[in-house]
Amino acid sequence: MTASSDRAGGAGALPRAASDSIRRYLPALIVFVGGLVLWQLYFSGGGFFRPVPTPTEIVGATVDQWELLSRSAVATIIEALGGLAIGTTAGLLVGFLTARWAIARDILLPLAIGASTIPIIAVAPILNNWFGVLNPLSKMMMAALLVFFPVVISVTRGLVEVQAGHLELMRSYAADDTLILRKVRVPNMLPFFFTALKVGTTLAFIGAIVGEFFGGTSDVLGRIVLQMISGGRFDVAWAAIIIGACAAILAYLVVTLVERWAIPWYWHLHDAPA
Amino acid sequence: MTNEAAIPTAVRLAGVEKVFPVKGSDPMVVLTGIDLEVAQRELISLIGPSGCGKSTLLRIIGDLIEPSSGSVVVNGKPAPQARRDRDYGMVFQAPVLFDWRTVEANVRLPLEVTDYPRDQRDALVREKLELVELGGFTKHYPHQLSGGMQQRVAIARALALQPSLLLMDEPFGALDEMTRERMNSELLHVWGETGTTVIFVTHSIPEAVFLSSRVFVMSPRPGRISETIDIDLPYPRSESTREEERYYELVTEVREALRGRPAGGISLAQRSRSDGAFG
Repeated sequence: MTASSDRAGGAGALPRAASDSIRRYLPALIVFVGGLVLWQLYFSGGGFFRPVPTPTEIVGATVDQWELLSRSAVATIIEALGGLAIGTTAGLLVGFLTARWAIARDILLPLAIGASTIPIIAVAPILNNWFGVLNPLSKMMMAALLVFFPVVISVTRGLVEVQAGHLELMRSYAADDTLILRKVRVPNMLPFFFTALKVGTTLAFIGAIVGEFFGGTSDVLGRIVLQMISGGRFDVAWAAIIIGACAAILAYLVVTLVERWAIPWYWHLHDAPA
Repeated sequence: MTNEAAIPTAVRLAGVEKVFPVKGSDPMVVLTGIDLEVAQRELISLIGPSGCGKSTLLRIIGDLIEPSSGSVVVNGKPAPQARRDRDYGMVFQAPVLFDWRTVEANVRLPLEVTDYPRDQRDALVREKLELVELGGFTKHYPHQLSGGMQQRVAIARALALQPSLLLMDEPFGALDEMTRERMNSELLHVWGETGTTVIFVTHSIPEAVFLSSRVFVMSPRPGRISETIDIDLPYPRSESTREEERYYELVTEVREALRGRPAGGISLAQRSRSDGAFG
């Protein structure tokens, strides 16, 4: 992409972006809708795996059980978002510490990397035990644990991996460390951070639901899935899964919008969204 | 010495030496015996092959690197004091703009760092951008500009603090010949408008001759100033200066100085090395 074509695109950027995104996502949309139709047609005839309900059956179950499903979804969303908030805050804190002090980096980063290799799902029963199996906090901590590591790693990288030229320039202005942090390191870190936050958003939902599998209150999406499958109500189980997926996608989109608002220049620079 | 000078001295270097320690080997002498005096409002060039220490010398003047020995006095103050007083504007070979800042925000950065009065920032930024003829690109992001335009933003940024000394490290080295010549003329225009002292590092002979009142020729290993050549072309200079006979003579003179004149006492080995660097 040359400078001149960029400049030419600058004036009419919005309409062009809109038509571009329609063109970009249209194939995916066609495949998605086509897949749903095939699914419906195949399994309405009796099908191969009987336990697979058709999309219309799932929609029906969603409507029938809406009261239970929506209540459960809200509980799970609170767990996931709470975990996201805790994990992100802790990740930012440790990231700043490791970036600021080389000693902290030498101690904490190897620990963080080592800890991230623990099969975290195995920790879920322990967290339930620690924070109370009926307390949503135990599920939040599960989600937070998954969110924490990508945030620490990317915040540290973003704060440390700044251009040498930028530091030299700031030094020529006799800028102190606080100013260098504010004007160079933090803006440099933001794209790294948002990438981690987007990964963390989906991880938070996984963490919350996995935590639920290991016990707790019954009106949460993870428990609904288990209960409905053991009761043979696969349509409701699928409805719960799809509602969970929709919530995660929605949260991801919100983070993407915040990213767009917070670092517009980055979207400008990489005009193909990830 | 000072009572003789009609124009006060901007930069005075005496006996500057820079030695880098080398692990498991003799320390490397990067610069030795540098004496240099630059008058205020003068535009001088440091020219030499790669590895002659010209960028290191510029960074020593700017107090980004400490000399191993010798003194660096800028505007009558030690270099660290001059840096704290924000006497410097710096332009590097790469524009080192901030991706996340628009053109105007990039130029505003030094004003933010130095707590320049808020209500006067915008006017100053606009003034500097107009000086480098980028008044119409204030809201653009750096990646939307060509290399030459980016470097002009860097120059506007360096001028934002109205520095008394502008240090430029091969600022046009990455540009094509045509753009470079245009930028040279623009720099002379900016220099004429602002009256700042400029120390310009380059490895382009025509550029050094076209811009400077004096060219300091450096030679490598160890880096030192081997010759000083007065460029007696009158200012203001224009594109037609490049066609004058005297200009060609001076280009030849600088080139010969770079090769090492027989009288200069430079060994054959060093001569072929510096020739090679220009191959």
